[in-house]
Amino acid sequence: MEPLKPFSASLVPLPIENIDTDQIIPARYLKVTDKNSLAEGCFTDWRQDPEFVLNNPRYQNGHILVAGHNFGCGSSREHAPWALKAYGFQAVISTYFADIFRNNSLKNGLLPIVVDAETHQALLDLAEEAPEAEVHIDLASQTVTLPNGQKAFFPIDPFSKTCLLEGIDELGYLMKQTPEIEAFEVSHPARVQTLQP
Amino acid sequence: MPKTLFEKIWDAHVVSHPPNSPAVLYVDLHLVHEVTSPQAFTELRQRGIKARRPLQTIATMDHSTPTTPRGADGLIPVTDAMAVTQLKTLVDNCHEHGIPVFELGTEKQGIVHVIGPELGLTQPGMTIVCGDSHTSTHGAFGALAFGIGTSEVAHVLATQTLLQNKPLTYEIRVDGQLQDGVTAKDIILAVIANIGIGGGTGHVFEYTGSAIRSLSMEARMTICNMSIEGGARAGLIAPDETTFDYIQGRPHAPQGADWDKAVAYWRTLPSDAGATYDKQLILDANTLAPMITYGTNPGMGMCITECVPDPKQYSDNSQKMALDKALAYMDLQPGQPLLGHKVDVVFVGSCTNSRISDLRLAAQMIKGHRVAEGVRMLVVPGSQTVKRQAEAEGLHKVFVEAGAEWREAGCSMCIAMNGDQLQPGQYAVSTSNRNFEGRQGRGGRTFLASPLTAVASAINGVVTDPRTMVAERAFEVAPA
Repeated sequence: MEPLKPFSASLVPLPIENIDTDQIIPARYLKVTDKNSLAEGCFTDWRQDPEFVLNNPRYQNGHILVAGHNFGCGSSREHAPWALKAYGFQAVISTYFADIFRNNSLKNGLLPIVVDAETHQALLDLAEEAPEAEVHIDLASQTVTLPNGQKAFFPIDPFSKTCLLEGIDELGYLMKQTPEIEAFEVSHPARVQTLQP
Repeated sequence: MPKTLFEKIWDAHVVSHPPNSPAVLYVDLHLVHEVTSPQAFTELRQRGIKARRPLQTIATMDHSTPTTPRGADGLIPVTDAMAVTQLKTLVDNCHEHGIPVFELGTEKQGIVHVIGPELGLTQPGMTIVCGDSHTSTHGAFGALAFGIGTSEVAHVLATQTLLQNKPLTYEIRVDGQLQDGVTAKDIILAVIANIGIGGGTGHVFEYTGSAIRSLSMEARMTICNMSIEGGARAGLIAPDETTFDYIQGRPHAPQGADWDKAVAYWRTLPSDAGATYDKQLILDANTLAPMITYGTNPGMGMCITECVPDPKQYSDNSQKMALDKALAYMDLQPGQPLLGHKVDVVFVGSCTNSRISDLRLAAQMIKGHRVAEGVRMLVVPGSQTVKRQAEAEGLHKVFVEAGAEWREAGCSMCIAMNGDQLQPGQYAVSTSNRNFEGRQGRGGRTFLASPLTAVASAINGVVTDPRTMVAERAFEVAPA
């Protein structure tokens, strides 16, 4: 994975709570065996509505989604962050994320940024008043900076942060744990064997 | 220091805990299906890695599989070209890595969360993962079981481990006794209506209390299955005699001296007296009624006799917007009752409610009645094993005589990616787990409910309180 560098981008406001992964990418798009062509499915049913924010010319250049709380709830499909990335999003900002979606996003360089309600509202207001305005995201300092200079800190676990900043691949990291895994398996024999008895 | 069930399982599976890193957690059983695995196998292939423990892994086909009748050749025809490719890809990947796979229509194929328990693969104290959020189902056995993404599927295939931050714990205690016509499904819908669909985020549930203890294993699975609908990746129930009785004699259950040894270990797993949880919710089973959802997430639920809430009652704008949007999608008005609302489709199935006890209950309810004119009712067994058992008991005849469709095993209309789906604007009473917009077909509208409520509604053609029919028919409805 490419190291995640600081970036600036404008916002797309979607202040609805509990947006589930079936909206982000409906199940009928899950019959693929690769990660391509998912941009088409991203919010596809909501995009049928001409009033939907992704159809609004004011937000055509936005690359950061500002969504209501518990974004990404529901299914474990990693197709959700794949689709958001393919559509052009670099980060999602919310007051909190569903656990599996957050994990999946971190593994794909789609930054799930948690901010407090006040900052969240400030970002929504900014998107409303100045759609072209960009915010600056710096993972190293864990900050979102608004055009007026206001900074908001966001939390992230140190391991994910290091992986994203240095482009460390988690599978490679786990493979290096092989001696510990082998030792563990000696004292923890397989509980079941799935071959048909 | 007293430990919870969760902490005991967690501690027993930590391989290592490197500094500044999540724990490396060992996985005892990895369940695989066709939808969330192909990209993971591609990842392994690109790196030249073979599956580390293929015989701690099992694959089945369930999501994109048709449930339509078999052809003259005895096979279930798959006509969707993408599904054909996806199913073939699973078989090829499993053969390449030596992973056992249950192909479509074969003896043990079925929904991944139905076959694990019925084969005896799901056992107390284990860690179980699958690229599927309803993996929480297996927690009913006192196993730590949770859904993972496809990147993590690759991690487990390659290393049999996962990098995990330790979640918090949340006790959900349900004491008392369920009234007639009220089932395990109503308990979990009530829990989710209570805490909301984000309420359990970052936590693992443990369901405790006398009402939970008195439930059958299949009813416990219904409850744990929907833990994710409350935001918790996993939900656990301590193993007890009910658990051991269910497992004993199943194909993969320990035997002989191994059985005794296993049971002795399993008895050490329940949470210690004095163990504490980070959060707690207490519900009284005596006061629970049949539940139904009115909105577009499983937290938008109410007692079946209540009326649709008014968005104006919310001061929080985003909550108000969410309910406004949900009611517009559902074409429902604030203050409207759901009882008597028309129903187009009734779906009995899914990893929540497709086991033999669910089908027995549904058959008992519909026997001697007919599905109302204009209503389509699908009964989809969770696995080929459940299907055979139901047919041996003659349940399929009861359904067919009543005018319902008796289908092959699979996820079917729960996720609607196999052709079984609602038409735009249709209303379904569904025993599945999600009522998200378009979940059961684009434009389709879902009322989640128990199998009893679903069948009662199929008979009357409108949303019906099953208690009226249970009383009228005076049959014994044990808690499902």
